[in-house]
Amino acid sequence: MPSTSDFLMLSATLFTVGLIGVILRRNMITVLMCIELMMNAVNINLVAFSHMLGSLEGQIFTIFIITVAAGEAAVGLAIIIQLYRLKSSINVDDARNLNG
Amino acid sequence: MDAVTSSIPLLVFVIVGTIAVASSILVVAMRNPVHSALFLLLTFLCVAVLFVMEGAEFVGAVQVLVYAGGIMVLFLFVVMLINVRNLPDDRILSPYWTGGALVGAAVFVLLVALVRPGVYHEQNDNPRALRSTTVNARHRVVQPDGRTVRKRYTRQQVVGNSEAIGMALYRDYLVPFEVASLFLLVAMVGAILIGKRELGSDDEDVDPQYIVDRVAEEKEIKEAMSA
Repeated sequence: MPSTSDFLMLSATLFTVGLIGVILRRNMITVLMCIELMMNAVNINLVAFSHMLGSLEGQIFTIFIITVAAGEAAVGLAIIIQLYRLKSSINVDDARNLNG
Repeated sequence: MDAVTSSIPLLVFVIVGTIAVASSILVVAMRNPVHSALFLLLTFLCVAVLFVMEGAEFVGAVQVLVYAGGIMVLFLFVVMLINVRNLPDDRILSPYWTGGALVGAAVFVLLVALVRPGVYHEQNDNPRALRSTTVNARHRVVQPDGRTVRKRYTRQQVVGNSEAIGMALYRDYLVPFEVASLFLLVAMVGAILIGKRELGSDDEDVDPQYIVDRVAEEKEIKEAMSA
């Protein structure tokens, strides 16, 4: 059975890949996908600690994080669609002024 | 033989973890958002396998249902709404990519330095803890004066992982659970409100004020005719 620190290392790698994607990519949809990737890495951490401690709290937290991720994806994609109607572009560098 | 069977979980972890990391790197590296979304789907499925390995069967099922089923469909739907054809950036990377890569490397080193020396190696010695819940029960107690009294007590009972999570969600975490449902309602209303098309000059027939004015106008004409 892999130890808890193996899971933590894997989660750290996934989180870093997601973070680099958020910083480097300019396509807004890809940026949102990378945010989902980072949330998944955090979920791996929580479930690993839940397994290590023998307590259900980590899994409950994971379920709430999945709920928040679903809401965040819905609102974020709606904002992307509206921005695309306004600017005809989903490049993050094109969204530079606040009032359109 | 025993050594072989005991090393199977480690082998599964190495294979699934490698696939997860490789596909997550491809999510970042792919130019076409549809390809990114499909590799993200692969990553989510690998993470679900890891959840099941850690004794979180219900969370693994929710991961497949909500992430792989719901959120990915939402992403693909939006990618299709937006015309990808006229989007290809000549440069997919931000101009600040050296700084970004440095920040990413620094965060990775920080996380590894945090994780590596930690004492996380002891495993949970009670594997049933993740699938047990407490139930209320009563038992008879004989008092010193001869009467019998029924006393309440709680005891641990081993059920499934899903049932244990259900008991915890609906009993210990009831208020956060209801707040989460309210959050989903607010997110849904917000997404509809933000995503709906603005009323332009082309479709003034559906403008409410226009309809009200039109009704008042026809009423005036009718009264003039009857007078």
